Amino acid sequence: MTEETNPRVGSPLTRVRHAVGGLGDTLRDRWADAPKWQRWLVYALLLALAIAAPSPLIGSFMSPYTDWTSLLFNPIGIYILLAIGLNIVVGHAGLLDLGYVAFFAIGAYTLAYLGIKHGFTFWPTLILGMAFASISGVILGAPTLRLRGDYLAIVTLGFGEIIRVVILNVDKIGGARGFSGIPLWSNFFWVYFFCGITILISWRLVRSAVGRAFLAVREDQIAAEAMGVNTTRYKVKAFMIGSFLAGVAGGLFAHYMMYLNPTMFMFIKSFEVVAMVVLGGLGSISGSIIAAIILTFLPEGLRMAKEVLHTTKDPRMVIYSIMLIALMLTRPQGLLGRRELWQVLPKRKDKAPKDPTTEQ
Amino acid sequence: VLNDFIQQFGPSTVGGLVVGSIYALVALGYTMVYGVLRLINFAHSEIFMIGTFATLFVLSLIGLPGPLTGLALVGMIVLLLVAAMAVSGGAAVLLEIIAYRPLRKRNAPRLAALISAIGASVFLQEFFALVVIPDVFHKPGRIDTAVPRLVDRDTVFTIFGADIKTDQVVIFVAAVVMMVALDQLVARTRIGRGIRATAQDPEAAVLMGVNIDTIVRLTFLLGGAMAGVAGVLYAMEFENISYKIGFVLGIKAFTAAVLGGIGNIRGALVGGIALGLVENWGAIFFGSQWKDVIAFVILVIVLLFRPTGILGESLQQARA
Repeated sequence: MTEETNPRVGSPLTRVRHAVGGLGDTLRDRWADAPKWQRWLVYALLLALAIAAPSPLIGSFMSPYTDWTSLLFNPIGIYILLAIGLNIVVGHAGLLDLGYVAFFAIGAYTLAYLGIKHGFTFWPTLILGMAFASISGVILGAPTLRLRGDYLAIVTLGFGEIIRVVILNVDKIGGARGFSGIPLWSNFFWVYFFCGITILISWRLVRSAVGRAFLAVREDQIAAEAMGVNTTRYKVKAFMIGSFLAGVAGGLFAHYMMYLNPTMFMFIKSFEVVAMVVLGGLGSISGSIIAAIILTFLPEGLRMAKEVLHTTKDPRMVIYSIMLIALMLTRPQGLLGRRELWQVLPKRKDKAPKDPTTEQ
Repeated sequence: VLNDFIQQFGPSTVGGLVVGSIYALVALGYTMVYGVLRLINFAHSEIFMIGTFATLFVLSLIGLPGPLTGLALVGMIVLLLVAAMAVSGGAAVLLEIIAYRPLRKRNAPRLAALISAIGASVFLQEFFALVVIPDVFHKPGRIDTAVPRLVDRDTVFTIFGADIKTDQVVIFVAAVVMMVALDQLVARTRIGRGIRATAQDPEAAVLMGVNIDTIVRLTFLLGGAMAGVAGVLYAMEFENISYKIGFVLGIKAFTAAVLGGIGNIRGALVGGIALGLVENWGAIFFGSQWKDVIAFVILVIVLLFRPTGILGESLQQARA
């Protein structure tokens, strides 16, 4: 870090990082100096923006190519739910789960199957879907969470593939043809309602004894064990909570799309969620949400790249992956580090907290 | 079922050995990079994919008249191996320089490198689908690309009711030769000593005068070259390649690396062959669509009873 003190030396990457950091500092200073009414004005504006967000006016600006409300629902809302859920597993408990989409799929298919074949209504199936997803989380977690971190990554990745292959080959739930005829029960309101509940759950959880145990497991497993934390048990707990939330997201997804097929649950989806959690900053709830919005909106915003570049091909994924690498290289600790959005902005200038993670 | 099993045992064993040796070659790259950097190099599967396309490129450049035999075949295979090893190894080194080195220099968390790795993997796939395959191979809009036949599939000999074909012999021999060569390189040479030292303790290795950057670059080069060999053999055996082939094979190869004991070069061989065999035997009972499930169930079972893999972690001591 010492070689980064002078902005004129260093690689282009360091210079960019410096410029971005400088901009952040200016913003932070401005915010710290602002009187109370100005802050309230900003809060009010943000609230107004949140209420106005689903309106077609903003939609025509943000996504001229696709339906804005459904965009806010399917990729954005669902990914926010998934990112907050996975943030508990990866961010707080430090367990690298690369098969998160499996629990999402289990939730989605459980709801769809019970709803269609057994005539259950939405709420009972949602509860059953959550139960199924968390039970499968425990079944997978109990034996494998004793393993070291990187082994867990490959086992969960394998589990994700297993669930996909099972869905593909079981004819009762549609197999490769997909599962259609699911009633439309969830909508824009419910997905953000559940987002709110999930944020609340994970917010309270982090500040509970269980949440502190998660952090202890993440930071130093041996020390946590020495302090009397039953690490395997807490890992299974984190896994269970994470898969439970994925089950909710899956249920909402199934009843919005009204059709499911195995290609919706590819590995790339798990990866995207992990990318959101890591990019947002491990353990930061607001970071996960911001990263989820950025990364799901990015492919949508890149639709215009096709016209700009005058190609017939769709270069979105190429640009997306380059931007992802670039973001990771410039901020490897995540957008917000391990803090929340409001912690990045200090309360008063003279009391500005010295956080080592901001210095990078 | 048992009768089926006995009948198909021979052929599926041979098939398992062939697929297993390809898994093992790709697994070497994962295992070496993991051993040295403790990083799951997710883009390694794309390095393998690049190897298959390098093979196709050389073949279409030369213009293969038909299946070859004798000395011409050996010469051709050597040429293909050299070309694919150079391309894949170069790609792996480039990958390290662009996607991993900046993170390593900043002591970034390991998860950041993982995301960068998967990002690189997505990039390479999409880049091939969008630019390389349409523009270099002139096959736009096609997912699969056919590779011309290199070896006639004559039966060389029959053992336990299984016909051993020429291509299978060539692949198995080539894979084993390459792996023995790599094993000896790591076990005996100065470079290999550097790799083992870095894997054991990077800080102590630096103090002993090992240049970590060179060693990391070499590790990527060697791993990439092995993936290139795997690419040639895969293209030869399956004669059908696409920009997507890396993904499943990459997961399997990483599974093989973990199965054998990650960081262990001989473990990659054992794990790869074991995975190929078990997968093919299991397919007789359950049908070939369950192959992937069998592979992962085996992985979980092995890890439960032997958490460090079949041969254990030996490129470095196990660190918690």
